[in-house]
Amino acid sequence: MARKEMIAMLLAGGEGKRLGVLTKNLAKPAVHFGGKYRIIDFTLSNCTHSGIDTVGVLTQYQPLVLNRYLGIGSPWGLDRRDGGMAVLPPYMKSKGGSWYKGTANAIYQNMSFIERYDPEYVLIISGDHIYKMNYDQMLADHKRRGADATIAVIEVDWKEASRFGIMATNEEGRIVSFEEKPKKPSSNLASMGVYIFTWPVLQQYLIRDEENPESTNDFGKDIIPAMLEDDIFLNAYSFKDYWKDVGTIQSLWEANMDLLSDRTSLNLNDKEWRIYSVNPNQPAHYVSPTGCVTGSLITEGCFIEGRVNHSVLFAGVQVGENTVIEDSVIMPNVQIGRNVTIYRSIIGEGAVIADGVTLGTPDTNTDIHVVASDEMVLRNESASEVEA
Amino acid sequence: MSEQMMGVINLIQEPDELGSLTASRCLATVPFGGRYRMIDFTLSNMVNSGITKVGLFAHTKFRSLMDHVGSGKHWDLHHRQSGLFVLPPVAEDMSDLRKGDLFHFYMHRDYFARCHLEHVIICRSHMVCNMDLSAVLKQHLEKDADITLVCKRLDEEPAGLARRVQVDGNGRVIDIQEHFGRLETDIASMEMYVMKKELLLDLVETSLARGQDDLIKDAIMSRLGSLNIQAFFHEGYLGIVNTLPAYFKYNMELLQPSVWRELFFMPGRVYTKVKDEPPTSYLKGAQSVNSLIANGCEIEGTVIGSILFRGVKVGKGAVVRNSIIMQNGIVGPDSTLEHVILDKEVKIEPGRDIRGVEASPYLAVKRKVI
Repeated sequence: MARKEMIAMLLAGGEGKRLGVLTKNLAKPAVHFGGKYRIIDFTLSNCTHSGIDTVGVLTQYQPLVLNRYLGIGSPWGLDRRDGGMAVLPPYMKSKGGSWYKGTANAIYQNMSFIERYDPEYVLIISGDHIYKMNYDQMLADHKRRGADATIAVIEVDWKEASRFGIMATNEEGRIVSFEEKPKKPSSNLASMGVYIFTWPVLQQYLIRDEENPESTNDFGKDIIPAMLEDDIFLNAYSFKDYWKDVGTIQSLWEANMDLLSDRTSLNLNDKEWRIYSVNPNQPAHYVSPTGCVTGSLITEGCFIEGRVNHSVLFAGVQVGENTVIEDSVIMPNVQIGRNVTIYRSIIGEGAVIADGVTLGTPDTNTDIHVVASDEMVLRNESASEVEA
Repeated sequence: MSEQMMGVINLIQEPDELGSLTASRCLATVPFGGRYRMIDFTLSNMVNSGITKVGLFAHTKFRSLMDHVGSGKHWDLHHRQSGLFVLPPVAEDMSDLRKGDLFHFYMHRDYFARCHLEHVIICRSHMVCNMDLSAVLKQHLEKDADITLVCKRLDEEPAGLARRVQVDGNGRVIDIQEHFGRLETDIASMEMYVMKKELLLDLVETSLARGQDDLIKDAIMSRLGSLNIQAFFHEGYLGIVNTLPAYFKYNMELLQPSVWRELFFMPGRVYTKVKDEPPTSYLKGAQSVNSLIANGCEIEGTVIGSILFRGVKVGKGAVVRNSIIMQNGIVGPDSTLEHVILDKEVKIEPGRDIRGVEASPYLAVKRKVI
């Protein structure tokens, strides 16, 4: 097999605990986003557009939906003869086997997969983030600077900095310190969870990390600090475009609402950088004479007889007459009856909302209201029962 | 159901009065219903009925057809042992192209010979419907017919061109008539024929030997007395789309919720080539009422009673009423369109006012700038 310059390893085993009922039956990368996508579509499409044709997808938590969705990678052009997509769950070895103990351990357990392609560089990404990025340009930076590892960084709001892995760089753009979720952040440069490693260097650290019984086998907590300690060249690659970690209900809702803003820098309608996904094969959406849609994203298969404002509707959503939907995210095949009012909510796939139900409030100080997938909401519930 | 029937989609000399819509494409690939091409309905019907071997007899202007159907994978017709087989004309010289379908079937007789299935269903691409073709075969076998012809009882004069069929009390076809003529019947032929493959090959050879080359006009219509041809009645929705008024009418009928729900979902889904367009974006001030809108559109203006294909942009202050706008059309700000059909990639400059009438919609050719 021909040697690959760089292959990608995509960490898709995340449980996404903070997404609550939305990840009860599926891994976080499989959560729906943006009207017709799942979160993982963004990183997979980035790979395709960056000329990466070999992607290992590491799955662990609730992989059923995700595995079915990924298939052999055809929607992303990753059904290739040499390389392509491979789904890599934990497996039994002759001397036993184990779950992936951490992000670094997941890569360690799949070193033989990587070695089949004998790559010079390995790209480590996660399926939890929404962004469009050309990894090839990042690789060019990695090579030009002669780095051993390059970490993509983005400036975040100082208030939010303690949610991320925070880095400090010197004037040459070399990373001098790295703190995972610091209480008092010393900078607002956050790691995007996108790493390029020169493979022999990473390999060495993965083996060392595995031998260390104290280690949590995590890139942010163990591998990067160990590299810093050894004064290895860690290069910061600064990214200035849209990037969002959709790890919480609030941020998932916000990222969907971002798509409705005229000022968003996340353009889904970029013909040069299509986001690929599995097509639901539904007819064009229909808005009836009683229906009205403003400031929204509407996907094929929707049948709208009510009023939809500033919301994202996924494929196959039915909205009955005299129903009002505002500031909400309605996932695929949700059926909403007549005289329903929905404000600031996320409605999970396949849920049924009966006639006359009211969900959520327009009050921006309240939490986003969440309805789980396939839930039947037949009457109004008291707000406290269902708050996320 | 164990598989017994192969599918043939016959595009040879398909009746076509669609004007400039078929100037550079065949009828089978005329865009229809917001995101489909005409042939998608026939292909999907076959696939949803369990047919896995489909021979597509291409005839002329089939570049767009090749582009659209590709390997057949979007219809799940891309298998190891079966799937879609595109059969373009085998012509020694240009005059062969003018010969009828039986000639082209004959030139591809190896395709039929290699297939082990006993029955064949021959369809056209201009009958827009959603139906289970295995029910036709079932009736065909039950009635022990030589040929079963799918028919539709019409409630009103169809906008398109269709042959008329006369049926006796036992459901046997006793007369078939061309598009024009005196026969008074409310039964239209849907141009779908089920028969044994063996009978088809026999009709091909005996007709060609007599210098005849048209399946319906020569082979079938002359044998109404000798062959037991039974009618199968399709009860669902039907659009006969081979003239421009019919094209406009049957597109607009999709705006009736009952038609939308039936044609696109029952009994099966309609498949088409995947385009990876994002969801349609309604910007501030946008409004759409009573309309069918595909993915990838950006709407800032008003859309009423219209059909927008994938990737259409409607500018601020623009009003699109009772119109069909095909893929990637651009309607400039403050323009008004009424009863208009825009072929793909037509651009309307800002402030234009273009109106046709319902009986004769204004039709703009592909890539025109107005």
